[in-house]
Amino acid sequence: MSDFLVFDGVSKSFGSVKVLDNVCLTIKKGDIFSLLGPSGCGKTTLLRICAGFEEPDSGRVILEGHDITRLAPNRRSVNTVFQNYALFPNLSVYENIAFGLRLKKIDPRQIRREVDSFLELIQLTDHADKMPDKLSGGQKQRVAIARALINKPEILLLDEPLAALDLKLRQRMLVDLDNIHDEVGITFLYVTHDQSEAMSLSDEIAVMNNGVIEQTGTPTQIYEAPRTSFVAAFIGDTNFFEGDVVSVKEPYSMLNVDGFTSVEAYNDKMIKTGERVYLSIRPEKFTITINRPETTERTNMVQGTVEEIIYMGYHTKYWIRVNEYLISVKRMHDRYMLDEKMLTWGDPVWLSWHADYCYMLEQYNLRDEALLTIPDEEIPDESGSNDTADETDSNDTQGADEAEARP
Amino acid sequence: MKKKGRLYEVLLSIPSMGWLVIFFVIPTVLVIAMAFRAADPYGGIGEGWTLESIRDLGNPNYPAIIWRTIWLSVVSTAICIVAAIPVSYHIARLRKKIQDIILLLVIVPFWINFLIRIFAWKVFLHPEGLFKHLLVILHIADSDTLLLYRPGAVLVVIVYSYLPFAIMPIYASAEKFNYNLIEAAMDLGASRITAFLKIFIPGIRQGLLTAFVIVFIPALGSYIVPDIVGGPGSEMIGSKIAQRTFVDRNLPHASALSAILALAVIVPAGLSMTRQLFKNRKTMGI
Repeated sequence: MSDFLVFDGVSKSFGSVKVLDNVCLTIKKGDIFSLLGPSGCGKTTLLRICAGFEEPDSGRVILEGHDITRLAPNRRSVNTVFQNYALFPNLSVYENIAFGLRLKKIDPRQIRREVDSFLELIQLTDHADKMPDKLSGGQKQRVAIARALINKPEILLLDEPLAALDLKLRQRMLVDLDNIHDEVGITFLYVTHDQSEAMSLSDEIAVMNNGVIEQTGTPTQIYEAPRTSFVAAFIGDTNFFEGDVVSVKEPYSMLNVDGFTSVEAYNDKMIKTGERVYLSIRPEKFTITINRPETTERTNMVQGTVEEIIYMGYHTKYWIRVNEYLISVKRMHDRYMLDEKMLTWGDPVWLSWHADYCYMLEQYNLRDEALLTIPDEEIPDESGSNDTADETDSNDTQGADEAEARP
Repeated sequence: MKKKGRLYEVLLSIPSMGWLVIFFVIPTVLVIAMAFRAADPYGGIGEGWTLESIRDLGNPNYPAIIWRTIWLSVVSTAICIVAAIPVSYHIARLRKKIQDIILLLVIVPFWINFLIRIFAWKVFLHPEGLFKHLLVILHIADSDTLLLYRPGAVLVVIVYSYLPFAIMPIYASAEKFNYNLIEAAMDLGASRITAFLKIFIPGIRQGLLTAFVIVFIPALGSYIVPDIVGGPGSEMIGSKIAQRTFVDRNLPHASALSAILALAVIVPAGLSMTRQLFKNRKTMGI
């Protein structure tokens, strides 16, 4: 029951490019499972393998104990919601939804009943006779979902289903999708490059990069306990530090971070004295104060100056210069104007954070720093999502030396 | 501003409209009018009006010829379209560069004069020709089987002549077709063939209609093909019109036949166009 859909060592190459490298995943029945990663990471290929449009070079796909790796797409109990909807332009909304049932040659009266109930589910009963080109983006999306769900698949594949919609509609559709999932109880496999979509919708997320699963876990696990620098930088924003373990006092250890300060960090990785570690600290874990905060146990602190302030409505982003480090800090302000002195450029401030907020990474890659936001590149975006495809491109050259200036 | 745009539209369409009126509308009207004139014994148009040419349409030879004309055109058009669909589908799925090369190959025959190509077929199918000898050697045909001078030969050559005209418009539609739709149909349980018939064919409907018009109308008026590769038993209306004009030197009779052929094409085409126009108006909410 728990091993509902299994990808067992799936690999796939297109020409000399390896797009999937020994991918192993287990998806539970009834879950919304997201494949999250930047464009070109192989997530869509994995979905297409699941749908039957591609065959893996090696490995198996197992659905409820049956090997479906080489089964034709029309013989799988799997349906897809395509990125560009792929509604049939020659058929009305009603006929689009009825398409799968008509092929099964079941009683027309039953088809009528089923289609009507799905039209109601997606609230498009009044649009049943319209042709797809007369619908709005969100309506098309809902038709595509109904058209797939009406076949009662074991699993519904969604390939970036909201990518073509604008922000507000995307947020509404997220809620709709969640409601539809609750109603039909079918397992969803959801492909997206948008971390906020994946975080808000999923029971479980697999973060992919370069054809490899970097980490699988619940949204909280992925965000709070990133395994690799890629996961830490791709999901949300973070700060990286590199240091030597000076002493270990279970379960904490003292680190010496070059050019920064000594940092006490929670040590759940059994790192020993003398080893080199990489830390990830999320921007919202820091506290900014003008006066030196009281020294309490397990609290780290460092002094710096405000280099950049970006007001973003419900929170403000600060960039604090500490020696050669430029530290990203996010701050919610509930009573911004009343009893807090507003910070300005060049103000000396103190940063403090608890030792538990320093997260040790298992794997570190210098190129992942290019994923971090840097002040010059910052574009206010209230969704908090970042289109990583563009960002990696524009940051590639300058990312290494400018972002998170590292000694 | 809007008025000015309208004026430009009118001005710009004058040359093509003028062309159509001078070389299409007026000649058609003249041909129809001529059908009601008396024949001149020297091959010209005589004085006065008469229904003699119209009565001549009841000639007992005509029904067989008209029937042959229709079935040859319908069958050759159908073969052209059915053959062009898979060709176009596969060309459209190739890489752009290879597509261009193959399209060029489809057009290459047009670099050789039409008459020469038809004569080449005559040589090819000739009782003493290479193909015939090959069939005899392979024991597929008897030495006295006739390939040439039969409706079958006319059919093959019409298909040969007009196949590129069917491929081009169907390819143009197939190239614009969204092939994700085939995947979507298969995803919903359709077999490859069902997806092809239910989604691809309706998707290239416009190309199929264009191909039909472009192949069927010229095929209906074929004259050179039955004249060269067809025998006395494979005449089409086109051959009869030519015979009335050049052999019988009876222009009113030829005109009556031409008028029938022209009306047989113009009336259905006109009707479907007006229907299309009304349909568009309705959907545009005018």
